This record gives sequence, structure tokens and C-alpha cells, in this order.
Amino acid sequence: MAKKLESTLGNMLLSLVLLSMVMSAALAFVYLRTKGPIEAAAQQKEIAAIRQVLPEFDSDPNASKTEQDGVIVYRLSKQNQPVGYAIKTFTEKGFGGHIEIMAGFLPDGSINSVTVLTHKETPGLGTKMTDPKFSDQFLGKNPADFILKVKKDGGKVDAITAATVSSRAYCDALQRAYSALKTVNDTISGNQ
Amino acid sequence: MGSIKYFTNGLLKENPTFVIVLGTCPTLAITTAAVNGLGMGAATTFVLVFSNLFISLLKNLIPDKVRIAAFILVIATFVTIVDLVMKAYTPDLYKALGIFIPLIVVNCIILGRAEAFAQKNGIWPSVLDGLGMGLGFTLAITLMGSIREILGNGSIFNIRLLSENATTILIFVLPPGAFVTYGFLIAIMNRIKLKFNI
Repeated sequence: MAKKLESTLGNMLLSLVLLSMVMSAALAFVYLRTKGPIEAAAQQKEIAAIRQVLPEFDSDPNASKTEQDGVIVYRLSKQNQPVGYAIKTFTEKGFGGHIEIMAGFLPDGSINSVTVLTHKETPGLGTKMTDPKFSDQFLGKNPADFILKVKKDGGKVDAITAATVSSRAYCDALQRAYSALKTVNDTISGNQ
Repeated sequence: MGSIKYFTNGLLKENPTFVIVLGTCPTLAITTAAVNGLGMGAATTFVLVFSNLFISLLKNLIPDKVRIAAFILVIATFVTIVDLVMKAYTPDLYKALGIFIPLIVVNCIILGRAEAFAQKNGIWPSVLDGLGMGLGFTLAITLMGSIREILGNGSIFNIRLLSENATTILIFVLPPGAFVTYGFLIAIMNRIKLKFNI
């Protein structure tokens, strides 16, 4: 077996530079191979979430994608009849900070279904916002008369016990989605 | 000494989690579910085997004074590979493990084995050592994940054991539960080791 290289400046530089080059090349190779699948997986997840919150549609979600203030609005249709809007919204007011929500609105502005994409809420407390017991109260409600605030704040939403902050954040995200919806759809905002 | 000994060493006698007590950060943080433990264990085992392999291969080409930098370079490369591959093919698991995949770079088990074993031993023993240590780690954190998932969530590997509305011991999926479970498991392991004189 060869003798171990001595720790001279030249040797140290040479071995680290060579090692870095080889490792970078390996990483570049893996990055190129996985780039496609990573994008496909993210895309698939987004579309799966849209399907979850809206009735059946056949238009391409990406064809009608608009974005404003970080909220992404997908306008979807079936055989050219509008099916509704899937809105990817967010809030920073969660107990654990950032929460992302996909909300489905029907063309008349009522909520069809809501699904939470990412959150860092407390397990067992704030995480209950994904339970039907909480999220079902929004179904079919129109935020025009269903005020998106917890009852404590003068709204119509039943907050989760011991997770008022998470409930407020959920409402905040939905309100943001509804505001975005109003700006893209004149009929709902009432200024046709 | 049979080469099998390098392999079994990490499983029980020098189990990285229960005996050497290294890499406790992922052990405590991600073991809220059995499947997380298994995923984390598999990722760590992969990195451990390949970093041990490369470091034992390159040990004569790496001058002593820069060895830590070189080891970290090798380890970080394999961690990034795992990170990208998991992101591409197991996005759900990737999401559950989150920041702890990149943090495998600073997992003491891996640098520890590079420093204490791979740089002094041949290729074959190093690979076996990596495999044994990795499996020992995987078994330990999957066990912890299972216990915490059963007690805290009433399920194992996402299969429900109790009904949806059953009351579970919530604290076991919260951080304090990790410490409690870990403490009891180490105590039990010490007892077993004493009794069977391992």
C-alpha cells in the first residue's frame, strides 16, 4: 500500500482541489438526472391538490395560471363551462409560521373544498385544522356572507379548541384567497 | 477475526443510537412515525456505506491536516445525492423528513465512523462497518418511531390500530415524548447488555 501523503501545502491543496472537482462532477450528474422527476413530482402534487378541491375538470391548470401577491389562481373549466377556481394561498400567522392552503371556489364564489398543503402547527392541536370536523364548516359557504373570522373575532367560524391561533391563520389564508378571487372575477366582487 | 464481526458490531454491541449515543438530533426529531425512522435510517445507511467506502479508498491520498475537510466533502456529496433522489422519487417522505436530510452531513455517526474506522481500515471492513452501523441506527430509530407512533397516534406504519377518535398519549409524538422514549430504550438496552454480557 502506498505511503500516506504528507501534509505539505502543495499536497493539501492538490488533494482538496481534486476531491472537490470529482465530487462537483458527481453532483452535477445526479442533479441533471433528477431535475426532471423533481419538477414532475412537484407539478403532480399541485394538480392532485387542485383535483381535490374542485369538481371534475378537463382544462389544463397551467394554461390559466395567474399570480398576484404570492397567491396563485387557477381558472378551470370542463368542456368550456367554468368549473371554478383553485387558489393556492398562504398565511404567515400560523402558530408555527407559514401555512399553505389550496382552496377551491365555485364560479359563484362559494367554497367547494379546502386542503392544507404545508404547515408546521402543533401536532394534535393545530393539526386538527386538516380534520373534517373543522374544515367541513367551510364547504358550500360563500365568504360574501360567511365572514371568514373565528366567532371570538366577530366572524362565523367555529375555532378549534385550544388552537385559536391556527384557526385564525386558516381564516386569514382563506380571506386572502377570496380577495384574490374578487380581483380576477368581476361578477363575484359585484362591479361588473 | 471474521469479517462478519465488523458488521454485527454496529447492530448491538456498539449500536450508534443506544450505546455510542451519536446522531441523537435526527433520533429525537424525526421519530414521530415508524416510516420516518425507516426512511431516515435508509438515507443514513446509504451515506454511511458510501462515505466509508470512499474514505477507506482515499485514505492515503488525503493529508492528515485536511482530513476533516476532505471527509465532510465526501459526506456532503453523498447526502446531496440522497437529498435529490428522495426529492425526485419519494416526495412525501422527503417532506416528512424535511431539513433532517441535509443535516445528515453533520450527523456524528458518519464523521465518527470515517474518523474512527474507515481511515484506518481496508475497503471491505469499512463497507461492512458502514452497513452494520447504518442498520443498527435504522433498527433503533424505527423502533423508536414505532413506539411513539403507537402510543401517540394509535397507528403503526400509517396502519391504524385504534379508531380515529380514540384518545392517545399525545405527548409521545411531541418533543418531550422523544426524550422519554429514548431514555427508557437506553435503560432497557443497558439491562439487556448486562444480562447477556454483550
